[in-house]
Amino acid sequence: MLDTATALKRTPFHPRHIALGAKLVPFAGHEMPIQYEGILTEHRTVRSGVGVFDVSHMGEIRLVGPRAASYANWLVTNEAAALTEGKVVYSPMCLADGGIIDDLLVYAFGSDRLLVVNAANFAKDLAWIQENVPEGVTVVDENAATAQLAVQGPRAEAVIAKLYGERATSLAFYESFQEGTDDDWTVVSRTGYTGEDGFEIYVRAPKALALWDRVFEAGAPEGIRAIGLGARDTLRLEMGYCLYGNDIDETTNPLEAGLAWTVRLEKPEFSGKQAIQASKEAGLKRKLLGLVLDGDRIARPGHLVEMGGQPAGRVVSGSMGITVGRPVAMAYLEGEAAIVGARVDVTARGQSTPAVVASRPMYKNGSVRSPKPRRTA
Amino acid sequence: MKVPEDLRYTREHEWVRVKKDEAEVGITDYAQGELGDVIFVELPALGARLTQMKTFGTIDAVKTVSDLFAPVSGEVLAVNGDLKDNPAVVNQSPYEKGWMVRIRVEDPTQLDGLLSAEDYKKLLGAHA
Repeated sequence: MLDTATALKRTPFHPRHIALGAKLVPFAGHEMPIQYEGILTEHRTVRSGVGVFDVSHMGEIRLVGPRAASYANWLVTNEAAALTEGKVVYSPMCLADGGIIDDLLVYAFGSDRLLVVNAANFAKDLAWIQENVPEGVTVVDENAATAQLAVQGPRAEAVIAKLYGERATSLAFYESFQEGTDDDWTVVSRTGYTGEDGFEIYVRAPKALALWDRVFEAGAPEGIRAIGLGARDTLRLEMGYCLYGNDIDETTNPLEAGLAWTVRLEKPEFSGKQAIQASKEAGLKRKLLGLVLDGDRIARPGHLVEMGGQPAGRVVSGSMGITVGRPVAMAYLEGEAAIVGARVDVTARGQSTPAVVASRPMYKNGSVRSPKPRRTA
Repeated sequence: MKVPEDLRYTREHEWVRVKKDEAEVGITDYAQGELGDVIFVELPALGARLTQMKTFGTIDAVKTVSDLFAPVSGEVLAVNGDLKDNPAVVNQSPYEKGWMVRIRVEDPTQLDGLLSAEDYKKLLGAHA
């Protein structure tokens, strides 16, 4: 399709995508399945049953050594040091000015920390992490050697039980276990980006296809299906989960993005702390909130939000809320528009669509046990 | 991918079915496949006058929005009201149940500028 196609990386699951007739698109330097059967069907499969996503494009960086936990704690805004074994934490990673470099997962294994970052930011993140690394920490790039599947939906536990037994089913949301050796490790975590119960499984690339086949065999009685990145986006959007590049970037700080729950200002030091503290004290100028639109027209990134004919913000993500049953969006809103329940208009192409400002998540009935990962005290 | 022989096509992936002085218009099988699940089709009002190669509506799919271009100029004689309640027929039946508007052709010579099925297949070949 594009000249760059030859330069795109393929994940170890590529042969299975081809066999299923997936529509493959370039995404963050990878050739990824955007859909198999259609976004609507795939979205509903994850909300009501169980689906499998190839998320091998995500980047894995391991911090190893006695000071790895404290370094991770400096890198990210959330607590990344005082974690129980296998605990997983979602967090932004910020520049000194509070702008978000990336949002990521931190896994705690002993004193080591496994960071799982966005594909599009991998090179930038690795450079940042290597630039600031103190003595006593080794930065290991595990990205190319790691494959990842996300098994998501209310029936996910039944599938995972057959593969990993009680060790996996006894995990609470945002907990994980690691097994194997340094060279041949597997991580299973109860995490996801869909709002449903679910698990993410990391294996070494040579074991990827066998894992895929075992997951589909175990999931056959549950009607398991492969799900593309298109439905991944509509699922996360209904939950109001941030997508880096749309909703957050180096010009947004975690507070205005509604991620205050991930910012531990009581930590003695972390990158961006002073700027975020100052922004909190100065008061937020804008806030990332949900929109639920009247009518059927979809709000798209860049569309203007108005209140009483005056500019009140801009849409950063938008699509059909397939389970909500209305178009949904996320927008940075200012002033009186930044209040849940406010009536606004989304304008684009000379058309205006009424919308109501909504809290995130816009979809509130997901099977996920908690909309936000619990903090460890 | 279906490209019926009896239709004419635009480079913007609309198809045209000519019946006497009327042109029925929709989007091609290729177009619906590229768009993905269609969730909203905005069409002109009955009686609106369309101008060749100007937009006459929009199609919202889950991932993207696309303009609809008028293959010929003329008055809108009919719009497919079924698309309001069931826009998915654009995906399921792009050349039949997914039709969008019928236009009274003002200038039949405009039809000569449209692509034949064979030409349209060549255009698609360039995309493949």
